[in-house]
Amino acid sequence: MRMPVPDAHIISRRREIATALRRILPPESVIADEDERRVYESDGLTAYRQIPLIVVLPRTTAEVSAVLRYCDAEGVKIVPRGAGTSLSGGALPLADAITLGMGKLNRVLEVDYANRCAVVQPGVTNLGITRAVEAEGFYYAPDPSSQIACTIGGNVAENSGGVHCLKYGLTTNNVLGVELVLMNGDVIRLGGKQLDSEGYDLLGVVTGSEGLLGVITEVTVRILPRPANLKAMMLGFPSSEAAGNCVARVIGAGIIPAGMEMMDQLAIQAAEAFVKVGYPLDVAALLIVELDGPMVEIDHLMERLTEIAAASGATSCRISASEEERLGFWAGRKAAFPAVGRISPDYYCMDGTIPRRTLPLVLRKMTELSLHYGLRVANVFHAGDGNLHPLILYDANQPGELDKAEAFGSDILRLCVEVGGVLTGEHGVGVEKRDLMGTMFNDIDLDHQMRVKCAFDPQHLLNPGKVFPELRRCAELGRMHIHHGALPFPDLPRF
Amino acid sequence: MTLIQPETPQQLCDAVAEAVAERVPMEIVGHGTKRGFGHPVQAAHTLVLNRLSGVTLYEPDELVLTAAAGTPLAEIEALLAANGQHLAFEPADLAPLLGGEGLLGGGPTIGGVVACNLAGPRRIQSGAARDHVLGFTAVSGRAEVFKSGGRVVKNVTGYDLSKLMTGSFGTLAVLAEVTVKVLPRPEKTRTVLIFGLDCAAAVDALTRALATPHEVSGAAFLPAPIAARAPVGRVAGGGRSVTALRVEGPGPSVLFRASALAADIGPGVEVDELHSHNSAALWRWLADVGPFAADPFSADRQSVVWRLSIPPSLVPALLRGLAVDDARYFLDWAGGLVWLALPPEAELDGGAARVRRVLAGLGAGYATLVRAPDALRGAVPVFQPQEPALAALTRRIKDSFDPAGVLNPGRLYPGT
Repeated sequence: MRMPVPDAHIISRRREIATALRRILPPESVIADEDERRVYESDGLTAYRQIPLIVVLPRTTAEVSAVLRYCDAEGVKIVPRGAGTSLSGGALPLADAITLGMGKLNRVLEVDYANRCAVVQPGVTNLGITRAVEAEGFYYAPDPSSQIACTIGGNVAENSGGVHCLKYGLTTNNVLGVELVLMNGDVIRLGGKQLDSEGYDLLGVVTGSEGLLGVITEVTVRILPRPANLKAMMLGFPSSEAAGNCVARVIGAGIIPAGMEMMDQLAIQAAEAFVKVGYPLDVAALLIVELDGPMVEIDHLMERLTEIAAASGATSCRISASEEERLGFWAGRKAAFPAVGRISPDYYCMDGTIPRRTLPLVLRKMTELSLHYGLRVANVFHAGDGNLHPLILYDANQPGELDKAEAFGSDILRLCVEVGGVLTGEHGVGVEKRDLMGTMFNDIDLDHQMRVKCAFDPQHLLNPGKVFPELRRCAELGRMHIHHGALPFPDLPRF
Repeated sequence: MTLIQPETPQQLCDAVAEAVAERVPMEIVGHGTKRGFGHPVQAAHTLVLNRLSGVTLYEPDELVLTAAAGTPLAEIEALLAANGQHLAFEPADLAPLLGGEGLLGGGPTIGGVVACNLAGPRRIQSGAARDHVLGFTAVSGRAEVFKSGGRVVKNVTGYDLSKLMTGSFGTLAVLAEVTVKVLPRPEKTRTVLIFGLDCAAAVDALTRALATPHEVSGAAFLPAPIAARAPVGRVAGGGRSVTALRVEGPGPSVLFRASALAADIGPGVEVDELHSHNSAALWRWLADVGPFAADPFSADRQSVVWRLSIPPSLVPALLRGLAVDDARYFLDWAGGLVWLALPPEAELDGGAARVRRVLAGLGAGYATLVRAPDALRGAVPVFQPQEPALAALTRRIKDSFDPAGVLNPGRLYPGT
């Protein structure tokens, strides 16, 4: 992974920049000491590390704006950071960039039950929003596995998903508005408490833009009434094909469960060894299907699901009889990553999405790749929406294994694109998948994306080195390649 | 005016290249049913997408459909219905409201629905068109074919340009093909009707209904004179206001939730229920702004129709501030969507200054002038004017996709 060559001149100005920042912010909000900066050297993608130039911890929108305006004028780069849980290196620091930690902006500003929304600062955790509204029977729907730690600002930047987005959508479908500071220091509001906001849907563009367009300083999210009841069903299958077939039949029958998750044998065994919740160990694939709603609906659909599962060849079927049992079903799935971490010194988590029906093919090819690279792979799968998380097991202390794991990962993602899927379903491109963007997009596609970047940040100062394999200069991207006097097109049908 | 009707994506690209080379702006239409929505476009040519038509991919098990931009919405909806599915965002047909069948007849196209980000009553539960577009291919104002997104629901690869295209009114690029998420059509529908509430009580009832776990998928309030014009006897016949709450889903669940809602929300007032057929007719009428489509006020001078998207709790104050007559408004989206029909002769600006002043006083929301004569839509801002920093950013986005300004110039804002 090659990062942009750091600007030695900026690095040589570290002390001067820190001094200038201490005039803008309280001195304790500016961290220039190397030991303290080292804390921020990586995010959830720990294979990459870099100590940032300086770390700045603003407390207000005005402070964020002042820092950005200063950096814009001085040509200093910025890497925004929430809780640092990104699995794609979205918050990976740069040697010549300020890491802008948003953790101090951590207040719930308003809960508006009448309009079913909450206004929060970006450093509030995902789960913190639900905690703030649950006493009134509400919750915030997107639930990434890292929800205890990850922040809503990071969720918006990455368009985070979770196990329940099959029914309730991703972050982008649950955010109503943001306050955003542009690189030039301008503060703009996109959206608000209303459902529809006119003009270009820049809120939709900023969501999932991985910190390259602006710094989010406030978020308005939709909150939903908590479902009356929840029940989960655990199904064992003799093959991944049979499990995949069952998923297709459930959806074909017009049922959209609240969540539908699949694990393969290695993931099942690792999870069961870790949390001991009674997963069947004699099956090749496990499906967890969750339903929510009135009990009469859950019971009705459970009956239909049971029939579909039997027709799809399920060899075991358990329906949660209590809330404790339901949480037990999920405990193994939610702990799948650390569970795999116990059976291997290191693992590398991938995040492709595929058309569901190609699952058997993708799993078969993945087995071949596993043999080819000599590395094991465990699979957890948001089966309902086709989002696959292969976990490649490797040992970083063995020379060459990290490279092999990365090559294996890249092959898996290319395979996802080949079968009609995409490089990343919810973890983001970051630095991790940056150089694979060309497998999905041609230069013209990428240029159109980069022009959006230019409209927000013409100097490429925000989070450079992420998402785009090569950042082209905005002046060059702005040029038109059509010349006056080009021949008209005689074949165009005109009337 | 010349009509240019490309038959292939390459011809579409050629048409834009020619417009750019000759610096001749184009108006972009599908079937032209929404030409009257937005500022009138001053263009020598009209680029019509009706010959770029047809569903190119439909996989019901994968919940995905791809169609050329000029594909009639009706064709897509019929195909989906035959497979027990639908577009959950319930796109509206504004042709009746905006006056007739458009340029070519044949109803709205999928490209037009996406370009205008239309959504019906189910917006409160399922989102708008923006939430259902998974990917697209388009020709930008640089006369280049580009794509974004994909055919899977969960995708964060690169910027979400599908959102940028949706609702951009053809000012950034000409859509050639769109891929949308489709969903199972609910097995059963019931609508609970509560009679005789005043506006404030209705908003309160809608708010309480949306705070229950009963998954309400439609929540509207029709003042008595509006209800009287409904195409459903039980709504029209009572001579009173109607507050309507829709629940959809598996049979036993719908029966349970409909009665639970009536018990939770309706105690002390008269409650009735609509079953599937009447329920569908009522919500279709509301989605298409039926109450103001056939203008009840004047045969020759239609009223000016506004669409306001606001936080529902502000509705009573908004209506007080505007002093709107009961015959001239109704609420959808649990109060979050207000449709207003103002008398055309009362104000020279169609009420623009007054509506936006009241909104500004409330500190939230957007007001869009949806139906007005061309002259009026040429004279007042159709869309809510933007703050300077946002307006500048909007302009930079427009310039980067359409630097020569040949695609629907001025349709959204001056120069955009």
